[in-house]
Amino acid sequence: MTQLALVIDLNVCVGCHACVTSCKEWNTSGWAGPMTDQRPYGRDPSGTFFNRVQMFEVGTFPFTETVHFPKSCLHCEDPPCVPVCPTGASYKRPDNGVVLVDYDKCIGCKYCSWACPYGAREIDEKLRVMKKCTLCIDRITDTSLPPAERKPACVLACPTSARLFGDVHDPYSEVSIAIRENGGYQLMPEWGTNPANHYLPRRKTRMQIHEDELVRADNPLKKEAPLPAAQGETLDDVAW
Amino acid sequence: MLDPTAQSDRAIGRVEVKNTTCYMCACRCGIRVTLRDGQVRHIEGNPEHPLNKGVICAKGASGIMKQYSPARLTKPLLRRAGAERGESQFEEISWEKAFDLLAERLGRIRAEDPKRFALFTGRDQMQALTGLFAKQFGTPNYAAHGGFCSVNMAAGLIYTIGGSFWEFGGPDLDRAKLFVMIGTAEDHHSNPLKIAISNFKRRGGRFISINPVRTGYSAIADEWVPIKPGTDGALLLAVIREIVNQGLYDRDYLVQYSNAAELVIDDPARADHGLFKRVEMHIEPGCFDPENKLWWDRELNVAIGTHTPGADPYLLGSFTLDDGTPVKPAFQLLRDRVQEYTPEWAEDITGIPAATIRRLAHEMGVTARDQTIELPIPWTDCWDNDHDSVVGNPVAFHAMRGMAAHSNGFHTIRALGILMTLLGTVDRPGGFRHKAPFPRPIPPCPKPPKGPEDVRPNSVLEGLPLGWPADPNDLFVDADGEPVRIDKAFSWEYPLSVHGLMHNVITNAWRGDPYRIDTLLLFMANMAWNSSMNTVKVREMLTDRDRDRDGDGEYKIPFLVVCDAFQSETVAFADLVLPDTTYLERHDALSMLDRPISEFDGPVDSVRIPVVPPTGECKPFQEVLIELGTRLGLPAFVTADGARKFRDYPDFIVNYETSPGSGIGFLAGWRGKGGEKFLKGEPNPRQWEMYAKNNCVFHYELPKSYQYMRNWNKGYLQWARAQGMTRYAEPITIHLYSEVLQKFRLAAQGRRPGKQPPQRLRKRVETFFDPLPFYHEPLETRLVDSQRYPLNAITQRPMAMYHSWDSQNAWLRQIHTHNYLFMSPRVGAANGFDDGDWVWVESPHGRVRCMCRFSEAVEPGTVWTWNAIGKAAGAWGLAPDANESRLGFLLNHLIAEELPPCESGEHVSNSDPVTGQAAWFDVRVRVSRAEPAAAASAPQFPTQRRVPGQVERRGRWQAYVAGIFGKR
Amino acid sequence: MHPAFSVIFLTTLIGAGQGLFLALYTGQVYSLANLLPPQDGTAFYAAGSLVAVLLLALGLVASFFHLGHPERGWRAASQWRTSWLSREVILLPAFMGLVLLYAAVHHLGLTTPWLVIKDRIPVDASLVLGLLGAIASFLLYFVTAMIYASLRFLEEWHHWLTVANYTLLGLASGFTLAAAFSAWQGIDLVAFYGTWGVVFTLAAAATRLGSLYRNARIVHKSTPRTAIGIRHTEVRQRAQGFMGGSFNTREFFHGRRPATLRTVRLVFPFLTFVFPVLLLGAAYLLASPYLPLAAFAVQYAGLLGERWYFFAEARHPQNLYYQSVA
Repeated sequence: MTQLALVIDLNVCVGCHACVTSCKEWNTSGWAGPMTDQRPYGRDPSGTFFNRVQMFEVGTFPFTETVHFPKSCLHCEDPPCVPVCPTGASYKRPDNGVVLVDYDKCIGCKYCSWACPYGAREIDEKLRVMKKCTLCIDRITDTSLPPAERKPACVLACPTSARLFGDVHDPYSEVSIAIRENGGYQLMPEWGTNPANHYLPRRKTRMQIHEDELVRADNPLKKEAPLPAAQGETLDDVAW
Repeated sequence: MLDPTAQSDRAIGRVEVKNTTCYMCACRCGIRVTLRDGQVRHIEGNPEHPLNKGVICAKGASGIMKQYSPARLTKPLLRRAGAERGESQFEEISWEKAFDLLAERLGRIRAEDPKRFALFTGRDQMQALTGLFAKQFGTPNYAAHGGFCSVNMAAGLIYTIGGSFWEFGGPDLDRAKLFVMIGTAEDHHSNPLKIAISNFKRRGGRFISINPVRTGYSAIADEWVPIKPGTDGALLLAVIREIVNQGLYDRDYLVQYSNAAELVIDDPARADHGLFKRVEMHIEPGCFDPENKLWWDRELNVAIGTHTPGADPYLLGSFTLDDGTPVKPAFQLLRDRVQEYTPEWAEDITGIPAATIRRLAHEMGVTARDQTIELPIPWTDCWDNDHDSVVGNPVAFHAMRGMAAHSNGFHTIRALGILMTLLGTVDRPGGFRHKAPFPRPIPPCPKPPKGPEDVRPNSVLEGLPLGWPADPNDLFVDADGEPVRIDKAFSWEYPLSVHGLMHNVITNAWRGDPYRIDTLLLFMANMAWNSSMNTVKVREMLTDRDRDRDGDGEYKIPFLVVCDAFQSETVAFADLVLPDTTYLERHDALSMLDRPISEFDGPVDSVRIPVVPPTGECKPFQEVLIELGTRLGLPAFVTADGARKFRDYPDFIVNYETSPGSGIGFLAGWRGKGGEKFLKGEPNPRQWEMYAKNNCVFHYELPKSYQYMRNWNKGYLQWARAQGMTRYAEPITIHLYSEVLQKFRLAAQGRRPGKQPPQRLRKRVETFFDPLPFYHEPLETRLVDSQRYPLNAITQRPMAMYHSWDSQNAWLRQIHTHNYLFMSPRVGAANGFDDGDWVWVESPHGRVRCMCRFSEAVEPGTVWTWNAIGKAAGAWGLAPDANESRLGFLLNHLIAEELPPCESGEHVSNSDPVTGQAAWFDVRVRVSRAEPAAAASAPQFPTQRRVPGQVERRGRWQAYVAGIFGKR
Repeated sequence: MHPAFSVIFLTTLIGAGQGLFLALYTGQVYSLANLLPPQDGTAFYAAGSLVAVLLLALGLVASFFHLGHPERGWRAASQWRTSWLSREVILLPAFMGLVLLYAAVHHLGLTTPWLVIKDRIPVDASLVLGLLGAIASFLLYFVTAMIYASLRFLEEWHHWLTVANYTLLGLASGFTLAAAFSAWQGIDLVAFYGTWGVVFTLAAAATRLGSLYRNARIVHKSTPRTAIGIRHTEVRQRAQGFMGGSFNTREFFHGRRPATLRTVRLVFPFLTFVFPVLLLGAAYLLASPYLPLAAFAVQYAGLLGERWYFFAEARHPQNLYYQSVA
């Protein structure tokens, strides 16, 4: 069975929010839209976004790590938001594992959002139905797009390629290899939701300098000492 | 609900796809814009564009909300008769009337005294046209925002290595193994850098970031080195000391490609002390950097001409020439200079442990020495030596405003240029690589006018408004050595102010020092807000009238014209408002004559083409300039008999040549009758079409043997000269030691004939025009009580906003709705307030109330905020109680544009004394608790009114669906 | 969680309505066993059932305010196989139907026995309907409570005490209401219902205070570490990605100051448990027809507070992602 998912590489995410607004612009005019904004030019503007980039600090100065953290629906393999939905509007596609909302069936009871430990779902305040990341289901299944572009908008936008897309059930997919080779992990594993999206951790590249690398056989300072001229008495002057 | 797999998005509505170039910031990525029923449906990166290769940032993806923003100006406006400036009381007028008004007024100014017209532009990349207009008009009072932004970065490096960062050059992260990034937030060459850093990390490269704050790119650095603002020079000089003392430098590179081995006259008694010893020898006519200097050969132990075949000079030592002149190699002088800059000394200043400083130097040096790359690319140098390969030392740097925006930034950046040279990394794989049209001679050829005589009524300006002084005689001063430009650029106060000083224009014009002007035309420059220091006072100056006995009651700056696409804070102060188009509505040329988007491997220029028609009566500013130029009869815009020469801007771009028949125009691609020539060729009437067919970009890939070592690459230099890109094919030797600066010092000491500084400036020029970099505390720190103001305050630009440009954008503003002052929890503990509390942040010049946010990702002596998030109430199409004005704040109120009176003068700019770079980050502050009941930031400003032509206020809800937005 | 008054009214109203019905049926069964005098079909059973139905209907109306699209509410019955909410959506109207039928049967006097067990227990339509209704009522308590208790990561709710509380509080309010109803109708069952009201109130007090105690001591499984997957003792959010609030900050946070919560926590037990017991006791001693009504009114007010606090004390793990704005 295919399970499409995203892998978010925290090792290269610089927190630029490209994924946030490229998702917004694609989806507001697309199948999952519109994505409304409330008080868009007023006080405390708020709006429907499927993806957010957050910022955390780990540790204290001077050892602080700044972590930019994109968050969107994790398309759990065992999604707690599906069985709780009373109308069946919340469903997981059997062909590719994407978790979706049928706006026509949704009654906006918000129970699915209560059932999501990650806060991945929200109600669109104007349209009064629940919305969330669709993995751009309309793009990834659109055969009129060239294959390289049948990816979620956020994946194509990301300038650091921090977002990878593919089938986590295929052990040789780009995403599965990334997870395996980089220690990819799931969020809040304690709840057993088995999220399909994984995150790749930070990894450090360190350098070690050896003493002799400073001494150097090719040290250019050697060329600066003037050639030694005769200095004072030598044996040549006094001995036979 | 429809099955998402059943139909394509493209089946909805009438779909059009057009490629153009983004302009949400100055990165200028290639974008693909999809329209549905005439409205913008989706903006994505163009996968075929060399710059961004299909990626796009948050701002680019939000272009829709900029296009349809309620802040858009759509009609020309004139301040109502009798209304006060600053109150946004406008009436709509026609373009015809606006042009008549401007042409009449500017015509009068041109006929009397052209310099009374000042043209200053903000964040634009069309300086080729605006500069051309200023020169044609005859006014020297022109600059863009560089002096205000990061001119130190440009000047510091260009006067050293002949190129700089951003679009002039950058780190070759494809091959580098160690990448050191200093003082960089999100800069405007961002998407390519993001792509490169990510690939670099994934390939195992090591990334070190030196910055007071850890955000953005620094977050993914392998090591963060926190540093106190303004002390990067100390760090770099200590690193240089370690590299020199340990012998970790690339000797051969220094000898062959820099002036390190060249002999400097070392006798303080002589009038030519500190200059290179030059000998009589044949010099090519028109040579800009004659090779008549000397080395001291190791084997022969005599002085010998530089680059004599087989010669091997000393870098260290002290010698006497045959004629008795004491000389030293420049490198010896450098070594002498840096001995006092020990890591322990630097630790006290920077806050970085001495052991770390040593280790950084060792990492850089050992990587450069031991991980050499050799590419099998043959090339020939300017001295006709054939090389089989191109060698690289894979240590790369990148640096930005954090280093530049200080009054000691020029020398700090010179130190960086020297470090890059010591490591042997300039225009080499894995190091720093230039982008066309760089490298350029040191300094580049264009020169400002020489004196007041170069400004004449009804004449084109002699020289260019902005240029690169090589000698005190290149300064633009009058017989008394006083400035001729309104911003005092190219005067003895800021001799190498190659980008002007936008931050002092309004103050100087208001004060009438050096003189009063008549008309100030601002384009895309929010100078009544974030594009000024001392904003509160600047706003008062704009509305100040001549009320003294001799005054006529007119405004001190009589006429203010603002051209912008959006209702910025500055629009409220205009007398005449000209509505500009957005980037989706116009043609643009990102030209080799200005700042193109070249790649390392060759020149690249690009264009914008309209994707949607202009909104309302918006007119692209370029069209306005061409129309004005035509009406004023400026020579470039009219034929010999004064008739109109160009139909419009696209026609101008195609047909304009720098001089008749030169073959050099604004766009380099598809020249020649049939578009078969590149860089140089006859105008091609179908040039725009050809760009449009090619993703709006022209990318010329140089042959591999021309791509590296271009400062000294004979093939490249000759090719560049033949193409008209450069005037000279001589080698561009790296100025480790800057003789240019020494000339200014000698003039200040009275030991050089020619232009002399006024007495009050002699000491300042003598001190700061040091041929080698040195560390000094920022000027403001010396004049301010740093006990009372113990903290540094800096700003940086977030990735999702471009200066003040994006609060009118409904999506981006949800990410940055207001701003906080970030600081270490220790500051809160020391001053008795908690995370999120209201605080006062106070400098010697002013104070601001705002909310604080604790952070461990900032060094404890620094507070910072995102720049330009705070807005004035009612501006940018926002509600009067929007968070931007109610809670957001502007740090600019704390920063003065002038230093306190000192021996150099009563009103010296708060800038770097070499380049006039605005010393933003020198400001010192203290932070204290504010009353929580205040619940709003201070200062507040009266609510700015909406202007005629703005769409009516948007309601509580907005749901953007392309094709039906705004329609019933 | 943000306490939504639509849901607070829904659950307290139907809880009381269900309890009232159970009280009526208990009365019927007791009177069948000759432990209580039989009551009038119309004045007692039908009227009481109608009061119950009224409460249930009001609760149902309140619940619509919690929905984005109440007009599609009928769809909510379809996922009963997996969703407790769906089961409640089926069960509540079914229960209301049963109560209405029960009322009709009593009011129309259709109480002819169908059969007689052991010659002493007549089984008529009302007894059967009442039994079905009683089962439905208990089921409805269970199902409604399970809507909250089934959410395994809302650790404050995910415990059998949630079901116990909900049931016992419903029974308590229902039986107190029954006492008030009897007093109002002048029917002499006030002591009977009042006693059971006190019993259930005390039992509910034990379980509710028990869950308060438990909830104050929960060590939550989700932490900033598990939320972003970085292993360090100091993980702090600085920016949540937006600054003007969102559904995530409105729906899952109570938005009050800690002092407010402490006040509610202190006050509601008095209103829900202490004062009603005292008032019922006083009603018994003084044989007052009004005190039982007061007892119900006070208890209901307390229940609003209890239910409000039930939501406010629940800390959803998603809150870890919304701790700071910058």
